[in-house]
Amino acid sequence: MSPSPLLQVAGLRASIAGKEILKGVDLTVHTGEVHAIMGPNGSGKSTLANVIAGHPAYAVTGGSVRYRGKDLLAMTPDLRAREGLFLAFQYPVEVPGVRNSQFLRSALNAGRLHRGLPELELKEFNKLLKEKMALVEMNPSFTTRSVNEGFSGGEKKRNEILQMALLEPTLALLDETDSGLDIDALRTVSAGVNALRRADNAIVIVTHYQRLLDYIVPDFVHVLVDGRLVRSGGRELALELEREGYERIRQAVESAQPAKS
Amino acid sequence: MTTADRLAQKEYGYGFVSPVEADTLPKGLSEDTIRLISQKKGEPEFMLEWRLKAYRHWLTLEGQSPAWANVSHDPIDFQDIIYYSAPKGKTDGPKNLQEVDPEILRAFEKLGIPLEEQKRLSGIAVDAVFDSVSVATTYKDTLDKLGIIFCSFSEAVKNHPDLIKKYLGSVVPYTDNFYAALNAAVFSDGSFAYIPKGVRCPVELMTYFRINQADTGQFERTLIVADESAYVSYLEGCTAPSRKRNQLHAAVVELVALDNAEIKYSTLQNWFPGDAEGKGGVYNFVTKRGKALGRKSKISWTQVETGSAITWKYPSVILQGDDSVGEFYSVALVNNRQQADTGTKMIHLGKNTRSTIISKGISAGRGQNTYRGLVRILPGAEHARNYTQCDSLLLGSACSASTVPYIEVRNPTAQVEHEASTSKVSDDQLFYCMQRGISEEDARFMIINGFCREIFKELPWEFAVEASQLLKVSLEGAVG
Ligand SMILES: Nc1ncnc2c1ncn2[C@@H]1O[C@H](COP(=O)(O)OP(=O)(O)OP(=O)(O)O)[C@@H](O)[C@H]1O
Ligand SMILES: [Mg+2]
Repeated sequence: MSPSPLLQVAGLRASIAGKEILKGVDLTVHTGEVHAIMGPNGSGKSTLANVIAGHPAYAVTGGSVRYRGKDLLAMTPDLRAREGLFLAFQYPVEVPGVRNSQFLRSALNAGRLHRGLPELELKEFNKLLKEKMALVEMNPSFTTRSVNEGFSGGEKKRNEILQMALLEPTLALLDETDSGLDIDALRTVSAGVNALRRADNAIVIVTHYQRLLDYIVPDFVHVLVDGRLVRSGGRELALELEREGYERIRQAVESAQPAKS
Repeated sequence: MTTADRLAQKEYGYGFVSPVEADTLPKGLSEDTIRLISQKKGEPEFMLEWRLKAYRHWLTLEGQSPAWANVSHDPIDFQDIIYYSAPKGKTDGPKNLQEVDPEILRAFEKLGIPLEEQKRLSGIAVDAVFDSVSVATTYKDTLDKLGIIFCSFSEAVKNHPDLIKKYLGSVVPYTDNFYAALNAAVFSDGSFAYIPKGVRCPVELMTYFRINQADTGQFERTLIVADESAYVSYLEGCTAPSRKRNQLHAAVVELVALDNAEIKYSTLQNWFPGDAEGKGGVYNFVTKRGKALGRKSKISWTQVETGSAITWKYPSVILQGDDSVGEFYSVALVNNRQQADTGTKMIHLGKNTRSTIISKGISAGRGQNTYRGLVRILPGAEHARNYTQCDSLLLGSACSASTVPYIEVRNPTAQVEHEASTSKVSDDQLFYCMQRGISEEDARFMIINGFCREIFKELPWEFAVEASQLLKVSLEGAVG
């Protein structure tokens, strides 16, 4: 018997601005696993990640999400984060005037206090930060700049992974972290993510490209179409998608639907 | 004590009243009041004459208190104000701390400004003004050695009359405006600083103003002169007890910078803002102006305005010397029923003069925040340059922010740039911070602080920390 899952999404429905985007999503993630979610533009991949993280713009209209045995949807977004949930944003947000290092330290210490650990003193923090920046090969000058302000697309993505490295989440959702990265950056960022893989955490990667999955090899691949996970499989499914696109799956779904009713 | 009082006291941590015996003039204003003030201070004849001239001029302006500012209040009854109140026995400023009423020392200690030698703030020389008089100045020895004069205005009038005669009213004449005239007539004390040629003042100079008595107006006057190639950084802090009636604060600050001199003037203004319903609070009607008189001189104003029921102030720079520089960095915060109409004037006279204006307005509750600025480039100001940036942050939907920039350019070689923005704390920013584990309140505060960073970084470090704390306290319960 498998142990109780880290994340269990069941029949999840969610809408934004009155429009239903997720139409009943089921997803189970255990520790030690890497899942990839693929799917056409607008199918709801970011929505799923945002809803799990608790973005206030989305209304959950049905289903449930359990995380470490608790009702995730009942928690505020900051509590979810302190409980080890991390979202690497598809579009990281700029926070003008807030120093990256100060932001990271506040975030880290919020999590530490939550786990009953003492806050890290500035000196210790700086040491840790230096270590993690080396891991993702980020220039130290980024610590004094404002969070994401004026960062290039790729730099923002790298900054997300830096945060992940620092916060060491139990469940990381990476939303298109590969898009905007040059080839070398993709390699370093992937290596950074791989270095963070452990038996007691899990990663869910949203991506459009097989290429990333060459570096971060998934245990499962899911395809999200029009708000539903319509197919799941092993890593070979990603190769199939790369070859054939989403059209076949879409057709299969459409022809299956009338039969159901 | 009513509930409202208690609430106001709770939110405004400086609202206590000290039990200090005071020598207080009766309410009301006349030539006799002025003679009495001057006599109590033992002033030389030239001061009394100057005061009386100012008073007679003020009478001709009666009823002409400035009406153009975007603030509203009931008419002020100038006969219903106490113009002079001094802690008993201290009309002349104490010679040493043993003579200071322990209650006053305690009051300043409570405010975080210990005056005793052993406890004094490191690196900051403080002149403490309690109601109408200066009660103590720290770090005297260090300053004396360098020939720096830092003392109460009253002492300066007696000990350095030539400097006072030369510079008093040279930047803000008593004819300047209604409140400047009133201040010239009745001002009771304030600070004076003179930095001699070529001296870099090694400590920050600070004046801390405290209104204690009820119904007392505070009319202080500050004059700072930086001689050739001198440098000084000056700090000003202020608080007042929470009282139900409005109190008037009409100060005048004059700065003079000679060739290559630099004056950095920072203010943390935290007068009692009134309660949530707008009852009580200080009317802060202040005239602050600097004259960058010498070549390559520089005057820089940094202000963080969180208190007062009404703020009306425009720290300005007259850029007279060629290559002189003027700067204005401001954070003005209004919450509840507070009103602020603040900004600056940069008057370019000299060649290659440069000015920078960065104004950050934060409005919360039902607060009303106006930036009003004037950039005037006169015909002789060849190649003058100005950059102005006005950013407003709105917290909530019942508050307001407006920007009123006036630009007058009378020299075709001038370059003037103006940028303005209005923003809110966005849900996406909040979510981003919270997704990293930061609580909503901390996240909001972090974002607001970030909005002010450009200004805070202009402040001396300790002051920047305090400014950020002030912001937090002033916004408590208002963010949402
Ligand atoms: N604020 C909004 N108002 C209306 N529709 C929205 C809003 N936000 C998202 N949507 C819609 O929700 C749908 C799902 O968006 P989502 O970002 O989840 O897609 P995605 O699968 O991540 O796409 P991509 O691969 O392009 O990142 C899209 O059709 C999008 O237009
Ligand atoms: Mg997306």
